[in-house]
Amino acid sequence: MTATRTVSVGSSQGLHARPAKLFVEAAQGTGAQVTIAKGEKSVNAASILGVMSLGVDKGDEVTLTAEGEGAESALDTLEEFLVTDHDEA
Amino acid sequence: MAVASQSVLKGTGIGQGVAVGPVARMSPPPAVPAEQSSTLTPEEETARVQEAIQTVAADLTARGQAAGGQAQEVLEAQVMMAQDPTVSEAVAAQVSAGTTGEYAVHAAFGEVAETLQALGGYLGERAADLHDVAIRVIAALRGEPAPGVPDPGHPFVLVAQDLAPADTALLDLDKVLALVTIEGGPTSHTAILARGKGITAVVGAKEAAGLNDGDEVIVDAASSEVVTNPSQEQKDRAAERIAQREAAQAAPITDGALADGTEVPLLANLGNPEHAAEAVELGAEGVGLFRTEFLFLSSDSAPSVAEQRQSYQQLLEAFPGKKVVVRALDAGADKPLPFLNDAEEENPALGLRGLRALLTNEEVLRDQLTALAEADRATEADLWVMAPMVSTVEETETFAKFAHQHGLKTAGVMVEVPSSALLAEQILATADFASIGTNDLTQYTMAADRLLGSVAGLQDPWHPAVLKLVREVGVAGTRTGKPVGVCGEAAADPLLAVVLVGLGVNSLSMAPAALADVRAELLHHTKEQAQAIAEAALTASTAAEALEAARAAAASHSTE
Repeated sequence: MTATRTVSVGSSQGLHARPAKLFVEAAQGTGAQVTIAKGEKSVNAASILGVMSLGVDKGDEVTLTAEGEGAESALDTLEEFLVTDHDEA
Repeated sequence: MAVASQSVLKGTGIGQGVAVGPVARMSPPPAVPAEQSSTLTPEEETARVQEAIQTVAADLTARGQAAGGQAQEVLEAQVMMAQDPTVSEAVAAQVSAGTTGEYAVHAAFGEVAETLQALGGYLGERAADLHDVAIRVIAALRGEPAPGVPDPGHPFVLVAQDLAPADTALLDLDKVLALVTIEGGPTSHTAILARGKGITAVVGAKEAAGLNDGDEVIVDAASSEVVTNPSQEQKDRAAERIAQREAAQAAPITDGALADGTEVPLLANLGNPEHAAEAVELGAEGVGLFRTEFLFLSSDSAPSVAEQRQSYQQLLEAFPGKKVVVRALDAGADKPLPFLNDAEEENPALGLRGLRALLTNEEVLRDQLTALAEADRATEADLWVMAPMVSTVEETETFAKFAHQHGLKTAGVMVEVPSSALLAEQILATADFASIGTNDLTQYTMAADRLLGSVAGLQDPWHPAVLKLVREVGVAGTRTGKPVGVCGEAAADPLLAVVLVGLGVNSLSMAPAALADVRAELLHHTKEQAQAIAEAALTASTAAEALEAARAAAASHSTE
């Protein structure tokens, strides 16, 4: 099965630096095959370089797609992650 | 190349340090692998590359563990890059075309780095991290030692293109007098780590590319300059400043005070109770700002009273008998928390944030105050609590009432909004103290988003408009007999700290690494002189003029 979802990013630094690392770890942790896309460009969510190269800033819309068993719950976890701000004040 | 004449290379200084010494350049990276066909099968090459990547990942992980803290996090991110699927796919494509592992790594990492560089900014600076990983993997494939910091056998000024986290993490501070990088900006790892470790550094000095091993230079972070071929007089002056700074760093840690003995308690800004011990070691007389966001940011529901209490107690136990100012949760649409406010707002900085958000979610505030009161009863510290982003007298009254109801005896407000500064006297009639957050006060006074690069020029706490508002609060503090502190970055700038004290501020809170410099500077001025310096800055028309005027006023009385 394939699940897909569009999320607006809440982190004030977008998906750069530490938030990117945390996101990739979270994506790896779901065990599902997940891609993240911004506009036309789609990358493997388990790739920190791919994720950073999307250049996601706060407020950008990204589309998550997951394949396989547990796809929906993987997306629940990642959506939750994306709407939260992970930067230090 | 012996340059007889002197030149001044401009970059971006990090911190206040100065250093003099001979240049040692970072050892050149291994020669670029030539594009050549492999005599091995693609499977064998892939296995070699995998093994080399594992070796490098293990080495970086070990360096991270040795360094700890922020450096460790950065190195772990590098390990992730080395093992990234994007990279291994690119390597696989090269190898299956029949090239050597060395060339495949060079080409594949280069390709990805180029993509990052094209994006510029923060990502462009990460390209250096990736390049560093590639060089290490190539060296590992060839069986060469990992490239790193040079060891000329004497102290040196390290000059590098840009330093990778793996290098900066393990710098031997006894040998490295200063860091100069040719590339990299104030957000590069070199800058971040130099700031964290208090290393004198000038980053992004393009012309430093012309420096050679053994060239003598002065690295002056305070003026963002590297001076080549310094004159004896310049070296003497630098040596004097180094001695003063060393004396300041090594000086028996005294309580913050002016030359005439006026006490100015020097406190620490902390964001996590784990950093309390370090702050105490650096002479923090307490905590002037404890940010509680770390407890909340990673959770989708507010942490329980018991969880919060444990963290607060850990913090308070580090400061028996000392003042600890804890700020209630400061969040809003700019730092959205699902249980507080996650509404989309057009202008988050002007929206439902700080105390405004807490008052619409009283439960969150009450839980936090309950946990703080419990921690207070269990420990010996002198706990003060304050509300973030207060803009009215009514908000002040409400917060003080809540805090007192929960058994917290000292309740104050942060002055970050011009309305609070202008009404400071009325606010201090209710609040037990005020703490000025200069970063936000500057943002709101200048109407310039502090996160927006295009208006960063307006975000300068030296601006006389900001200083006038600080004076309003200082005057109100004196009239009401209530303490007024500053806990923004302005307090960490030694001369500005003197100005703030001259404006009536009576305690300063800052990142612990800045304490020694500020402590030393305060000792050079009496209260009266601080007031004269502040007066000079206030009459300026621009931030730059205010700084100049303060410098001139400070120089006019410090003849020794």
